[in-house]
Amino acid sequence: MVTATRGYRAFQAANAAVLTGVVLVTLFPFVNIVARSFSGEQEIRSGQVVLWPKGFNLTTYQKVMSDPVFWANYRNTVVYTVVATVIALVLTTCYAYVLSKRELRGRTVLVGIAVFTMFFNGGLIPNYVLVSSLGLRNTLWAIVLPNAISVFNLLVMKAFFESLPPELEEAAAVDGSGTYGTLLRIVLPLSKAVLATMLLFYAVSFWNSWFAGFLYMDRQGLFPVTVYLRNLIAGATGGTDNTATSEAALQIAANIQAVTIVLIMLPIMLVYPFIQRFFVSGVMLGAVKG
Amino acid sequence: MVVTLSKEVKDAPAPGPPVRRKRRPLRRDWQLYSLAVLPLLFFLVFRYLPMLGNVIAFRRYQPGGDLFGEQWVGLRYFTMFLGDPTFWQVFTNTAVLGALTLLFCFPLPIVLALLLNEVRTRWLKGFVQTVSYLPHFLSIVVVAGLILQTVAVDGVINQGLQALGRDPVAFIQEPGWFRTLYVSSEVWQTVGWGTILYLAALTTIDTDLYDQAKVDGANRWRQTWHVTLPGIAPTMITLLILNIGTFLAVGFEKVLLLYNPLTFETADVVSTYLYRVGIVSGSFSYAAAIGLFEALIGLFLVLGANTLSRRTVGTSLW
Repeated sequence: MVTATRGYRAFQAANAAVLTGVVLVTLFPFVNIVARSFSGEQEIRSGQVVLWPKGFNLTTYQKVMSDPVFWANYRNTVVYTVVATVIALVLTTCYAYVLSKRELRGRTVLVGIAVFTMFFNGGLIPNYVLVSSLGLRNTLWAIVLPNAISVFNLLVMKAFFESLPPELEEAAAVDGSGTYGTLLRIVLPLSKAVLATMLLFYAVSFWNSWFAGFLYMDRQGLFPVTVYLRNLIAGATGGTDNTATSEAALQIAANIQAVTIVLIMLPIMLVYPFIQRFFVSGVMLGAVKG
Repeated sequence: MVVTLSKEVKDAPAPGPPVRRKRRPLRRDWQLYSLAVLPLLFFLVFRYLPMLGNVIAFRRYQPGGDLFGEQWVGLRYFTMFLGDPTFWQVFTNTAVLGALTLLFCFPLPIVLALLLNEVRTRWLKGFVQTVSYLPHFLSIVVVAGLILQTVAVDGVINQGLQALGRDPVAFIQEPGWFRTLYVSSEVWQTVGWGTILYLAALTTIDTDLYDQAKVDGANRWRQTWHVTLPGIAPTMITLLILNIGTFLAVGFEKVLLLYNPLTFETADVVSTYLYRVGIVSGSFSYAAAIGLFEALIGLFLVLGANTLSRRTVGTSLW
């Protein structure tokens, strides 16, 4: 252990103070938004709400939760997230497994095809033209298909498969198991941790995504809930260039925005303490090989 | 079955040096290749086809018409935007926002990681980490909502200003405040998550080095300077290369959510400009030309930073 000089002890105290500051600054917006969501509109307008609700009421929650559009969009988000995550997980697993076979002919090319897209992509306009001409607009495929494989996740999974002992698969092959059987019965049961991590990575990113829905959905009934929130806050930025949101141009009450924000964050905040370590280990796994 | 048998036969007389790469016939590996078909189709259609789709930057494109445009026009759209003062305005805005983001969002995670590394109380360190990662998990729409509520006229910042006897500021409508809002919220979102790789690198530093430094009479500060920082230098360089490569790819979605015509002067960036020109106004070819230009600059930045770092410090991404 360090001989705690006076200077070092002073540093420890200052360090604790700085880190406490970091924690407070990080948490403050959350506390504030929750306080606002339970406050009266008048109290928010007159700038009284900081850490604790003023004019406590639950009517804003009732109001937002009784809006059928909100629920329709919330349900859309759930459906989009589930479908997209399942498809992404299957495709990523298949490709990562192929890429993890070091002796496979053409493996370098297959890896290169994926990695190159990390550094160069088609860009907004060609993607938009493509999705439109494939007739995917106003379908959930516009959200699911263009983001079906994240190369970062792919590399994380590849690194994991490469770390598995090859003897197990060789033994399975000797027992007459084909590639599919080996993958399903030997490899995947050993990969539950990485599958869970990938599931979370994808689920969170699809849950949070809004731009694809905003870009490709024309009807309110098809929006994910993030676009619902976007239209609320677009009214609040004062002037927007999008014609689709003209009804949102009027100022939406701050407490309604606050409630919507809280309801969108809620599922993630509830599972966050339990899933956080999966994310951290996933990032590190990706960093080793990526 | 046949497939497996032939594998055994092939594998049997192969105890040679592991470096020798066997040629595995397609016939035996077809199942493996078949797993790659759908993913490859994905990359082909949704990644490489749009790259080819950039050809509309050189061709006239009719909305709803041919994916690759109707007629060659050469560099017409490129000369158009290069002579467009708005383009240079948004290009400057992009560069300034990118530079400010790099200036703050690259070093601050290193500082935070070093501070966390000095914490001896385990639960306290874990708690600070858990809290600081939290903003990373939020939708950018939620982040934008939080920013707007915090800086609103009735928001906390203005309450603070009023407590100091100052007039409230409509931050979101002031061009002079946009960059501050953008960069400070970017720090809020990314600083905690950015520490992960550094904290991982810190655990790999050989403790003997610290002991030797102590024998040489180095205090904590000198140990940090001479042992810790060199220990995490490869991570720093890798992340710096990546940061430089994405320098111009400033947060398109965040800007789109936070800007408005009153703040275009400082807030409008290349990606939001091409979004408005292309998708809102329908000048697809013009916008595609701008997008291609931006993507090529990004690619050159990554390659350039990578080459530079390989030549100077011997670390590179590949």
